[in-house]
Amino acid sequence: MAYSEKAKSFYDTTLKNIKQDGLFKEERYIESPQAANIIVEFPLGAQQKQVLNFCANNYLGLSSHPDVVKAAHDGLDSRGYGMSSVRFICGTQDIHHELEEKLTKFLGTEDTILFPSCMEANAAIFEVMLDKEDAMISDRLVHASIVDGMRLSKAQLFNYKHNNMAHLEEKLQETQNCRFRLIITDGVFSMDGDMAKLDKICNLAEKYDAMVMVDDSHASGFIGKTGRGTHEHFNVMGRIDAITTTLGKALGGATGGCVSGRKGIVDLCRQRARPYLFSNTVPPVVVAASIKVIDLISNTTERRDKLERNTKYFREKMIKAGLDIKEGDTPIVPVMLYNAKLAQDVARDMYAEGIYVIGFFFPVVAQGQARIRTQISADHEFEHIDKAVAAFTKVGTKYNILGKKKDEIIAMYGM
Amino acid sequence: MSEDIKKMIIDYVKKEYLEEDSGVDVNENTKLISSGIVDSFSMVSLKMFLEKKFLVKIPDDKATPEAFDSVNNIMNLLKEFTKI
Repeated sequence: MAYSEKAKSFYDTTLKNIKQDGLFKEERYIESPQAANIIVEFPLGAQQKQVLNFCANNYLGLSSHPDVVKAAHDGLDSRGYGMSSVRFICGTQDIHHELEEKLTKFLGTEDTILFPSCMEANAAIFEVMLDKEDAMISDRLVHASIVDGMRLSKAQLFNYKHNNMAHLEEKLQETQNCRFRLIITDGVFSMDGDMAKLDKICNLAEKYDAMVMVDDSHASGFIGKTGRGTHEHFNVMGRIDAITTTLGKALGGATGGCVSGRKGIVDLCRQRARPYLFSNTVPPVVVAASIKVIDLISNTTERRDKLERNTKYFREKMIKAGLDIKEGDTPIVPVMLYNAKLAQDVARDMYAEGIYVIGFFFPVVAQGQARIRTQISADHEFEHIDKAVAAFTKVGTKYNILGKKKDEIIAMYGM
Repeated sequence: MSEDIKKMIIDYVKKEYLEEDSGVDVNENTKLISSGIVDSFSMVSLKMFLEKKFLVKIPDDKATPEAFDSVNNIMNLLKEFTKI
């Protein structure tokens, strides 16, 4: 038998070690559409529980929006369920092209190519843009999909301390002899909720003749005055060479991603990007719903404005309640607990209070940086936020962490 | 000689991976990878630094997280490839 005792024992031991290290991830079954209010079965077999969701990437609350659901139904009826093909054989419908054009216009770029996910867009772009005589210069806190994408490229890898422009400049000086340099960053960093300093990055890129690539997955649709993304926020639209982003978060939340940017880069992706050439086209139903999403958010900024108000309200209330949050402006609001067990205990108690949040700890974040990452949505009402803050206050009182800063929490619970 | 090399690597780790206000002290036994000071992604730049400084090529199968987990471990690794 090919699945030998040796192999079985190895996998079993690995799983056991993951559990022993407290890193085992369990899925929670949601038995309702994605929204602020959800019905959850956790642990498996437990009675269903209605909870408020504070950990979804559903920033604009469009995942179950009636207009989006209707557009998906219409797309299913008019263009079918699957395409049974990659794009370049017989997997491109008129609506794929329409969505690419709409994304180009919305993001303010020259052209766009869809991918089945942003993970695949990131897996593609570096191999397409760069070769061994080139350099990738990346922020150290970029998303795992970028790290994996960079590993697929032959270009030399350099990285700079998180958001540290002096260190980035050092790397740009170190790589002067390379043919092309690409500065690589997230727009909004997923674990800390802070933004890359894109204005300064673009200035450095121009000074040292480098290109700029931004993954705006946690920004597209709501960061910037009209929700175009971090490039709008920093007033550098037109100065970013390549944006990768997802349709799987604010923009409807289903799946799909894209590379949007300079026409030459997008055209070359269509010829060379392996995840584009060898994986199926984005399903028509997702494309049709995504077109509706772009239309909705192009016509009005109502939802991103509400998200901004909710974010401000939540951040102010949490600070007033004495929780140690990472300050910033984005709807990713990390509640810092520093200790992994404490993060898990607080998340469990929050769930008992009807608030669904998750603890994050090493290796997802650095050692001693354990936290609960809360995420605000335009689907939340102030009363939802009040309930979440009240629950954090109750649980925070239990663990005696209110009004305490990093050193005091670490003194009580360790790192 | 060996102490000078250790100091050079420690200085590089501090400058390259730690913020000035981090308050983290690094000595020859400090865990670098398993403590998260150098993440597995950044290990590439540490390897490149060593290769450039000591004019060696460290094969990928030798460049393990364990081999890079402290300055002492790095010294042992370098001894395999160069006369330090």
